[in-house]
Amino acid sequence: MANDRSRDIGPFTEQPDDDMIICRCEEVTKGEIRRAVHEGMYTIPEIRRYLRCGMGLCQGQTCAKLVKGIVARELKVSPAELTPATSRAPMRPMEMHILAKEEEDGTI
Amino acid sequence: MERSDVLVVGGGIIGCATAYYLAKAGAKVTVLEASENIGDGGSSRNGGGVRQSGRDPRELPLVMYGIKNLWPHLSEELSVDCEYHQDGNLRLGKNEKHRQILQGLTDRAVAVGLDVRMIDGDEVRKINPYLSDEVTVASWCPTDGHANPLTTTLGYYKSARALGVHFITAEPVNAIKKVRGKIVGVTTPDGDFEADTVVLAAGYASRPLAAGVGIDLPMQKRLIEALVTEAQPHMFDQMLGTAEADFYGHQTKHGSFVFGGSSGLEPFNTDDGRPVTSSLTAPCICRGIMKYFPDLADAKIVRTWAGWIDPSADGVPILGTVEENPGLILACGFTGHGFGIAPAVGDQLAKLITTGKTDVDLTPLHYSRFHAKI
Repeated sequence: MANDRSRDIGPFTEQPDDDMIICRCEEVTKGEIRRAVHEGMYTIPEIRRYLRCGMGLCQGQTCAKLVKGIVARELKVSPAELTPATSRAPMRPMEMHILAKEEEDGTI
Repeated sequence: MERSDVLVVGGGIIGCATAYYLAKAGAKVTVLEASENIGDGGSSRNGGGVRQSGRDPRELPLVMYGIKNLWPHLSEELSVDCEYHQDGNLRLGKNEKHRQILQGLTDRAVAVGLDVRMIDGDEVRKINPYLSDEVTVASWCPTDGHANPLTTTLGYYKSARALGVHFITAEPVNAIKKVRGKIVGVTTPDGDFEADTVVLAAGYASRPLAAGVGIDLPMQKRLIEALVTEAQPHMFDQMLGTAEADFYGHQTKHGSFVFGGSSGLEPFNTDDGRPVTSSLTAPCICRGIMKYFPDLADAKIVRTWAGWIDPSADGVPILGTVEENPGLILACGFTGHGFGIAPAVGDQLAKLITTGKTDVDLTPLHYSRFHAKI
């Protein structure tokens, strides 16, 4: 069953480039992502919530595809089978005092 | 068909924590989660409060038990950084009406033995110098705190899974099965799952499932929102709330601030079946925050999200056995403050299921408490 979290995905084996930083905003490495999959984080939202990759200033715009590829390879599935993490507003980081002005002229 | 000792419906923090403590006690447990992701509801969408103050006296003994016995060593227990901080909770007020709300909450908590007291604006700013002069009163509970809901929820999942708990995601439960007056398991699109005990911990989705075995749980589904800033230099470690519930939240270990709040228009938002943010809400939360913390006006918002809470008719959880349905255990209706209490709920429900006894009396949270007003 595809969503059986006890299914065998084989053992975790170290790789020479595990120290490579994949999420630059939050400095998450390839090895950390691969290890998290073996700890049971089988979906992109779970990886994101567990390790913070894709939660930094760029909100995953740089690393989302790389993370997906690494997780898919570890699970031995096609990247197309993995649902991406939800994109969230705002599109770009915005100062609180600017975002707060949405109602400046008194109307919605 | 799969057979376990206990089936848990719902893979949020309540379900994961219950499964973890059950597995630790030697039970064979299966967790069925409707979403593709573990902890995809309120467990991943809340403000991270691990709070006693502001709670109803009926649920206070349970959360006090968890803060005394479970939270202090939870990171070691689960082998994740739960980022637990026990640096107190300030519930802030600006006027006489707020003072009255805070005084009422404080009096009721003191009566149950909680160390919480009223303080004035100057004392508030000694604890947190970043608060504006508009704050004139607060309740202060030094043993409250906050933690990271994401790592805590997934930590329970990871540790339960390592103990042999069988988790299946994208596995929505259609119905609870009852044969000759006794609960025997559940049905899903993939077939039947059998167990002597079924724990219903599915948030609002618990309601139709309980209704299928004749129990109507008076709950609603309500949307609320949260936002997070970019990382800021370290400012303070307290958990914060307000008398008016304008916003609540804390500064995380990462440095970002997580604040939850609402626009007040949530019941009338467009509802497409998913918890989506409204363009009105985050600006409204920002305006609320800036009145209390003028220094945060330049902090950048990087992300906003929405989630559903499952308010019960009287604002406290529905927990425990169901006499009409032997084998059914309810764990829902947490009303938006289920995170901080979750370790205690999991621990006590596991004891209830494996020994028939609990350390904390769950009777005040029993579903049979709901009656018409006359």
